[in-house]
Amino acid sequence: MAEHCETAQSGAGPAETGREPHGWLGLAFIAPSMVFVTGLFVIPLAMTLWMSLYDWPLLGRQTFICLDNYVELFGDGQLWQSLGFTLLYTALVTAAILTVAFPLALLVDRPLRSAGIFRTVYFMPVVIGFGAASTLWMWLLNPDSGVFSRVLLGLGLVDVAPRPLESFWPALAVIILAVVWKTAGFTMVILLTGLQSIPQDVVEAAKIDGAGIFGRFRRITLPLMRNALLLALVLNVTSSMLAFDQFFIITQGGPENSTISAVFSIYLASFSSYRLGYGSTLSFALLVVLVAISSMQLSFLRDRPEEGR
Amino acid sequence: MTRPAPALAPAATSGPSVTDRLGYSAYFLVALLLAIIFLMPIVWSFANSFKPAAEALANPVALFSKAFSLENYRRLENVGAGWYVYAANSVAIALGTVLLTILISVPAGYGFSKFRFPGQSLIFMVVMATMMIPFQSILTPLFLVLKILGLQNSLFGLVLVYTTFQLPFSIFMMRNAFDAVPGALIEAARIDGASQWTLVRRIMLPLALPGAATVAMFAFLNAWNEFLAALIFLSDQTKFTLPIMLVNVSSGIYGIIDWGALQAGITLTMVPCILLFLLLQRYYVRGLTAGAVK
Repeated sequence: MAEHCETAQSGAGPAETGREPHGWLGLAFIAPSMVFVTGLFVIPLAMTLWMSLYDWPLLGRQTFICLDNYVELFGDGQLWQSLGFTLLYTALVTAAILTVAFPLALLVDRPLRSAGIFRTVYFMPVVIGFGAASTLWMWLLNPDSGVFSRVLLGLGLVDVAPRPLESFWPALAVIILAVVWKTAGFTMVILLTGLQSIPQDVVEAAKIDGAGIFGRFRRITLPLMRNALLLALVLNVTSSMLAFDQFFIITQGGPENSTISAVFSIYLASFSSYRLGYGSTLSFALLVVLVAISSMQLSFLRDRPEEGR
Repeated sequence: MTRPAPALAPAATSGPSVTDRLGYSAYFLVALLLAIIFLMPIVWSFANSFKPAAEALANPVALFSKAFSLENYRRLENVGAGWYVYAANSVAIALGTVLLTILISVPAGYGFSKFRFPGQSLIFMVVMATMMIPFQSILTPLFLVLKILGLQNSLFGLVLVYTTFQLPFSIFMMRNAFDAVPGALIEAARIDGASQWTLVRRIMLPLALPGAATVAMFAFLNAWNEFLAALIFLSDQTKFTLPIMLVNVSSGIYGIIDWGALQAGITLTMVPCILLFLLLQRYYVRGLTAGAVK
């Protein structure tokens, strides 16, 4: 890192003060990161497409089968079911997270000491991992030794311990509950940054003009928070499309394989059936879906007419 | 629904009015109730990890037990290679990822911020693309690359993978940190005869330190908590990390799950994260807002 030449090549003009005079040295600084990104991102990315054209068992010879994997993909009922499930889960969980996180952000958006403490508490589940959180909820939901069934029985709300993981909709509902608990704090902080970027004088002016609390929320808060809301949306949609831990650990794909997410089905193809070629085909399909969703959302982010930046 | 009653303060009042105080109490009660809801799962697991098995089964809801017991933690020593092996693996992987991420992203951030060379923006875009295309979608070839490199089923291989996918965020953070160092300051130091190395050491690095702290914290938490890659890339019993151990405990032996040991494991896994977050909260929030204003 210490290799530096004192011969001042005039790589940058005098206008760019603060820039190092010899531009090429910059390449040396970023070279290590290039090695990593190339070796463990760009090459595997290219390999995804290449491997998807092969019958590629973990052991034994791989054979070129052209588009056979893609033909199989189109006829794979379980895959389409899991993709549909992932989209359903993404839509529901994103809506649920925003519905919880927005009021939370409004609640703690106060210049009070207590608001700071509440913010910290709501955020706490975010920092514990999805793996630990999933096993924790697996216990909470257990009908025999978990807390939830005990509390519900104790309050007299149910007569028998509920077994939510044994049918589809209750299973999905409790997973969403767990994920909202785990991640609402994150979205709350994103929305809070948006709320705090609203200039106070605009709010005051609206108050003086006689705008009510709901009018102010709809006409001022929501439009001015557009970017924070969209960012929260993009981040939640992407992470939900890639959900794996909670379905692998809590529902284990059940009941009757109805909660196998997209990443879960890649895992099953590549590392349970050891069909690496078909797994790559699924990866590539997921990639296309993800990029399509991201670019759709990004184009929303890009055109913001109300801001003359 | 959970929205607090808004403080309907008239424009000019001296001192807190009755409606003000009412509004504050409503806010405080609602916020407190929500805080309890958010905390309880963590507290329950923590409390049950110290209960003897019989008592935990009899009353899992109770927060305090008459008998304080470490038997759950002791039983965790017999899970696979023993919890301390898995904890040591997790620590090694998390610290390795922190170290490597810092070593690579700090110079890279400096390079992207303070130098101009052809192809720079293209390279930056490629690095940032890593953020758009998450590793979950290239797992299969990544597995093969590690196998070819002889790094499959190795903690070091996993550190390399974690570091790579930590890089876009980290380089972005570090570039912003170096961008914030004013050019005038650098010019002044240079006029005063500071060498390139002195400049980096005395001006750049100290000013970039908070950014590096944020990068380190995110790298630690993400590496500590990651589950899917660890599940796929590690196949050796003695190389598992804490999240993998948790899942092995939670799948039970002969259909019987040792809930006490599981809670002890969950506590061991989550407490370091919570402590780290409470201590370095400010750096964590900085990282989040850096992403939000981008």
